[in-house]
Amino acid sequence: MLELENITKVYKAGQTEVPALRGISCRIESGEMVSIIGPSGSGKSTLMNIIGCLDKPTSGKYRLEGVEVDKLNDDQLAEIRNKKIGFVFQSFNLLSRTTALANVELPLIYGGASNRRQRALQVLESVGLAHRVTHRPSELAGGEQQRVAIARALVNNPSLILADEPTGNLDTRTSQEIMSIFKKLNEQGMTIVLVTHEPDIAAYTRRTIKLRDGQIEASE
Amino acid sequence: MKLWDCFSTALRALLSNKLRSILTMLGILIGVAAVISVLSLGSAQAAIVEESFATLGSNLIYVTPPELGMSGVGAQTTLTLEDAQAIAQNAPSVRNVAPMAQTYAQVVAGGESLSNTIIAGVTSKAQVVDNYGMAQGSFITDFDYGARSRVAVLGSEVANTLFGEMDPTGQSVRIGGRQFQVSGVLESRGTGFGFEDMRVYIPLSTFYTTLATAQVGSRGDSVNMISVQAKSGDLVESAEQEITDILRVRHGLREGEDDDFRVLNMASVAAQVTQVLGILQLVLAGIAGISLLVGGIGIMNIMLVSVTERIREIGLRKAVGAKRRDILIQFLIEAATLSFCGGALGVGLGWIIVKIMSVIATNLGFTLSVTLPGYAIVLAVGVAIFIGLISGLYPAVRAARLDPIESLRHE
Repeated sequence: MLELENITKVYKAGQTEVPALRGISCRIESGEMVSIIGPSGSGKSTLMNIIGCLDKPTSGKYRLEGVEVDKLNDDQLAEIRNKKIGFVFQSFNLLSRTTALANVELPLIYGGASNRRQRALQVLESVGLAHRVTHRPSELAGGEQQRVAIARALVNNPSLILADEPTGNLDTRTSQEIMSIFKKLNEQGMTIVLVTHEPDIAAYTRRTIKLRDGQIEASE
Repeated sequence: MKLWDCFSTALRALLSNKLRSILTMLGILIGVAAVISVLSLGSAQAAIVEESFATLGSNLIYVTPPELGMSGVGAQTTLTLEDAQAIAQNAPSVRNVAPMAQTYAQVVAGGESLSNTIIAGVTSKAQVVDNYGMAQGSFITDFDYGARSRVAVLGSEVANTLFGEMDPTGQSVRIGGRQFQVSGVLESRGTGFGFEDMRVYIPLSTFYTTLATAQVGSRGDSVNMISVQAKSGDLVESAEQEITDILRVRHGLREGEDDDFRVLNMASVAAQVTQVLGILQLVLAGIAGISLLVGGIGIMNIMLVSVTERIREIGLRKAVGAKRRDILIQFLIEAATLSFCGGALGVGLGWIIVKIMSVIATNLGFTLSVTLPGYAIVLAVGVAIFIGLISGLYPAVRAARLDPIESLRHE
């Protein structure tokens, strides 16, 4: 469902060109749970941004469910992000003055969906937050905030969940809770890509892609 | 994204920082209130001026000594009664001529006295030319003039001070120490031109025999002002020319020499005053408009701060599917809402200011009939929204162009 073919990404810093990715090719099948690991500077954030359609590759082909994403313009990419990809970030990135419910509704607003409230309540319940829907992020614990973010990622029924260090700001016990949610989602058929530098977290996934210096070092 | 969602998103953002939203609004609010009150008071003032000119007689021309305006009391006058008679006889465009000589004197009646009251010596023509209405009794007649009667007509203010509620007709007053009989009282002219309400009128002939000696530089037949009524509005200008020609000949002025008198056409004075007031109002509205501009800059400033503060929020919105257009519209609506609310409240505040001014004016004895012109409301609110959109545009474009990756990384 996701196919990268010889992807490169070069950043320009003034006169000098800094290559971040040097020819990444890989496939991720529907229903897989994959972790991308690597030291900082290995290009995992860049790869994640390209998979998440937040950034375009300098060269190479990227197909997401048969759509050649590298040929789309900004508005079309926004549409893909809205409909097909759910993001979970290390720092949660919730709107601080807004309730959990309104945070989860956000992607639905940009998708122009109706029945938003009902759908948002449904996913909040599925991550175990039915009792906290009117709370603001500041009134929630870290684990709860990340669950709101997961609910937000799920609300548009995406094809892919993309999680960037989802447990980076959480303690061990909460991390385990969050990972078990991802595990459960994957068992229900959701494709999940995790970016992490913690081997413990990568251990939850069946397949790990190791990056080093912008290239795939190992995929097992 | 649906338009309604754009609105509710923008409103929510504004409500989440109420104090800042209100302070930002204040700039526009004050600007609009200033524009509204200037326009509204300006139109009330124009109405007053129009009314004042309407109380004067029609087709009026005043001839005065060169250095003084309408009242002319105490001036070294160059005009004489014969000048007035010459104009009446020789100017074909002229209908009536009313010469007037003035001096100050003390007026005493019963226990009351008024010092330094203007005493005007006039003929019966003054009533026609200057459009005097009588509250009581009758004006100076031709008979009074011929017989040099000791009769006086009081301005309403004078009558009120000396006699209170009593009808002064037939009563006697002492003017400059001499006995006069009151023959009538003028209707009040209000706060318009001149000082008619505070004058006492006596026959010009009587003036010369009893009071003229008090006047500085008097020749015995000099007058301070000649009011002339032209035969019609079209003839005012030719009457002006005829008067000038006649007086120049009579005063023996050679070509190139300046006039030793002044001829004032009231219609053109009215037009000039109206024009000056119009310009003044424009200038004031312009100054008030500057505060609107400052308000707009305030909005731009706050919107820029707001965009910077909310970079992560913008990045997140983009990540979950907001298009450039969605972000642009959200920030534009925020700016427009601020300026619209500021504008609407400003109209309200402006109206309150105008009402307070009119109450103060009433207490001071004016009648200031203020109206809030519809065009002023539309103009002020329209300009406010326009300024809001213009000031919001740049910050909104900046927000819309933000790169989602960098925005999400922003601390």
